[in-house]
Amino acid sequence: MAKGFDIPVLPTYLEIPELKEGIMDGEGPFKSVQEFQNPLGFPGEKVDNWQQVAIDKMGELKSKYRSVQVFLDSCVKCGACTDKCHYFLGSSDPKNMPVARQDLFRSVYRRHFTFAGKYFPKLVGAKELDDDMLDDWYNYFHQCSQCRRCSVFCPYGIDTAEISMAAREVMDAVGIGQKYCNQILGKALTIGNNLGLPEPALRDTLLDLEEEIEEETGGVAVKYPLDQKGAEILLITPSADFFAEPHIDGLIGYGKVFHQDGVSWTLSSYASEGANFGMFIGSYDVMRKAALRIRKAALDLEVSRVMVGECGHAWRVAYSFWNTLTGVGAGATDEFAQKLQDQLDHRYPQPQHIIEYTHDLIQRGKLSFDKSANDDRTVTFHDSCNVARATNMGGIPGGQFILPRDVIKAVCNNYVDMERSTIKEATFCCGGGGGLLTDDLMEIRVKGAMPRMQALKAVAKDNGVNTLAAICAICKSQFSKVLPKFDFDPYMIVSVHQLVSEAIIMDKPQIAVKKDQPQTNTDDVTLAETAET
Amino acid sequence: MSVISIFFTALFYISLIVFLVGMARKIYQFWITPAPLKIPTAPTPLTQTGVVMRMMREVVLFESLFKSNKWIWLFGWLFHFGLLLVLIRHIRYFWPDDLPDIFLLTQPFKYAAFAMVIGLVGLMLRRIFVERIRYISAPSDYLMLIMLLIIGVSGAVMTFTSNHTDIIMVKEFASGLVSFNWANLPTEVHFLVHIFLVFVLMAIFPISKLLHVPGIFFSPTLNQVDDARLKRHISPWALKQEQEHATRLEQTLGKDE
Repeated sequence: MAKGFDIPVLPTYLEIPELKEGIMDGEGPFKSVQEFQNPLGFPGEKVDNWQQVAIDKMGELKSKYRSVQVFLDSCVKCGACTDKCHYFLGSSDPKNMPVARQDLFRSVYRRHFTFAGKYFPKLVGAKELDDDMLDDWYNYFHQCSQCRRCSVFCPYGIDTAEISMAAREVMDAVGIGQKYCNQILGKALTIGNNLGLPEPALRDTLLDLEEEIEEETGGVAVKYPLDQKGAEILLITPSADFFAEPHIDGLIGYGKVFHQDGVSWTLSSYASEGANFGMFIGSYDVMRKAALRIRKAALDLEVSRVMVGECGHAWRVAYSFWNTLTGVGAGATDEFAQKLQDQLDHRYPQPQHIIEYTHDLIQRGKLSFDKSANDDRTVTFHDSCNVARATNMGGIPGGQFILPRDVIKAVCNNYVDMERSTIKEATFCCGGGGGLLTDDLMEIRVKGAMPRMQALKAVAKDNGVNTLAAICAICKSQFSKVLPKFDFDPYMIVSVHQLVSEAIIMDKPQIAVKKDQPQTNTDDVTLAETAET
Repeated sequence: MSVISIFFTALFYISLIVFLVGMARKIYQFWITPAPLKIPTAPTPLTQTGVVMRMMREVVLFESLFKSNKWIWLFGWLFHFGLLLVLIRHIRYFWPDDLPDIFLLTQPFKYAAFAMVIGLVGLMLRRIFVERIRYISAPSDYLMLIMLLIIGVSGAVMTFTSNHTDIIMVKEFASGLVSFNWANLPTEVHFLVHIFLVFVLMAIFPISKLLHVPGIFFSPTLNQVDDARLKRHISPWALKQEQEHATRLEQTLGKDE
């Protein structure tokens, strides 16, 4: 949107702003249209009896999700969450306080589903779902990145993300979808990735990448196999990794690590996407469909391990939901899930995060690094919200905080953490998650990034931090856009595996030696390739 | 029995039934509503024991609230802990016979009324004077605090000032409610206001925000074990849906697009 707005000034200390009511009022992000809505099973435009449809959907969701039911009933309005949302801190709009955002939903729930709300609406703040309320829903539930920071501080664990997902599901059911999420889901469910890269384009990209790496490393033939049947590892990564900086530097890192380990691996053109926007719109069914593509790819390619690249909510969906949705992990009963269980190597956690894999190799001394390659950097780590608050790594308490830091410290000499209250489970979101990473939401993205930028500025000033490492494609894209708005270098955001990539010492290829041997050229190439894969 | 005694006796039973039936229904509703996805929030326990410990810390110490805001924690905890001690001390009134010696130990709990009232006053002041908490407050939020404050203050007035109520009558009335030997109750206004509001509070428990009491135990972000990769977690509706659609979906997905 072309609308101009002020970039927040970064304060020395983060303060709770005074309320500015209505400052983030607006129309919300671009609305979805029929061609994106219908394939997901949603009406193409606002249905005529939308209020009834919405109330019925609310009733259905509260009886299907304990989170929704319990969270709607349990809030005491204590105010503990009111200063915890980065969008509130950055925008000052009171409707961005988690409890106020939930109350957009809760007030309607009360009106229609509770005794007090039916008979004493004014007393308990119960409201009708009218056009104004629906506008507020659309606007403010698309100013929530579902980062769950508020839930960490709530005495009842009330998670605004669950309410925001439910609200979006209700809106989709009445035909008011968000364009960005639903268009992307369409691509993911038909082409296999969010960017809509078809197989030939993907193959070309990977070939280019191989050439580039070979050149850069002085002849190490790091391979990026696509659809290679029988490979050990299937890598599911955000499609941003195939595309742009800084993401692609992370992909280079993964390839180098796989190469050094000598493991066989592959990407799938059918399921080339790790991100699952089904979570953002709250739809169990859509999320499951997207996850099933991955199960199918794993089955078709006969892999024994499924691994997830650097992507925050992809990892959440994989770690927390794949087992539930499709039986990747510990076993569902349907025939495909069982087949997958037989096929997977259960000596490894399934699915596994690329950080867990690299961490394990480092622990076992299988990788060597020249840490000085990163000496021009002083690195800090941004805990991506979904990784930090909704997943684990390594099977140890807090592993999701420990493992990435361990990996960074293994490849860099200079590491500094940001202020304690802004990292780990209390991490501030990048401001672009939850289906907000679209230009029409730039204002809230920039404002929501303020608390993270404030903490970054402190370590940049005090400790000379010049590199921000992250393990989420959305964080990386978001930071590339917002860092310059706060006078930071947009290239200071890097993948953790980019740092790995820069420091890793690659075994020099055998090719040179083999070429001297009296053999035919074709044999040479075959031999070399065998050695590499 | 006097009319007023009959009224309060009836009110007690009505409130109690509303409370019990309402809470049972609500807890049943929480119980049967499935949690289809694993959504525990960090710092997440990886074992069942860890979850029990986490819930204990939340319920007893209000751990998350402590991390969140020290003032709300202080007032909230003072109020709840004070209320707990005071409630324990109230058992003596409902005890039909002579008190066992153990109740001597609960005698000092009467001072917890001060903690309770201080906590409530603090919470009320925050609600009134902190702009963002005022913004999220509905009339019922104030009303609830006012009711609890009146209950606390009226109780404290009877205990710590010369406005004592006939404690023998109180005991006869209260223990009579429990043992169905109904008796008259004292009619001092402090006392009547005190128990009237307690009965009202009991009755509105299942339809108000007081539902946070059972709610906390059902909160999936707090009570789930983080073992998503080890154990499959699936809800009945999702399993049914899966059995109906799994094969068909797999075939659909299998098509070349």
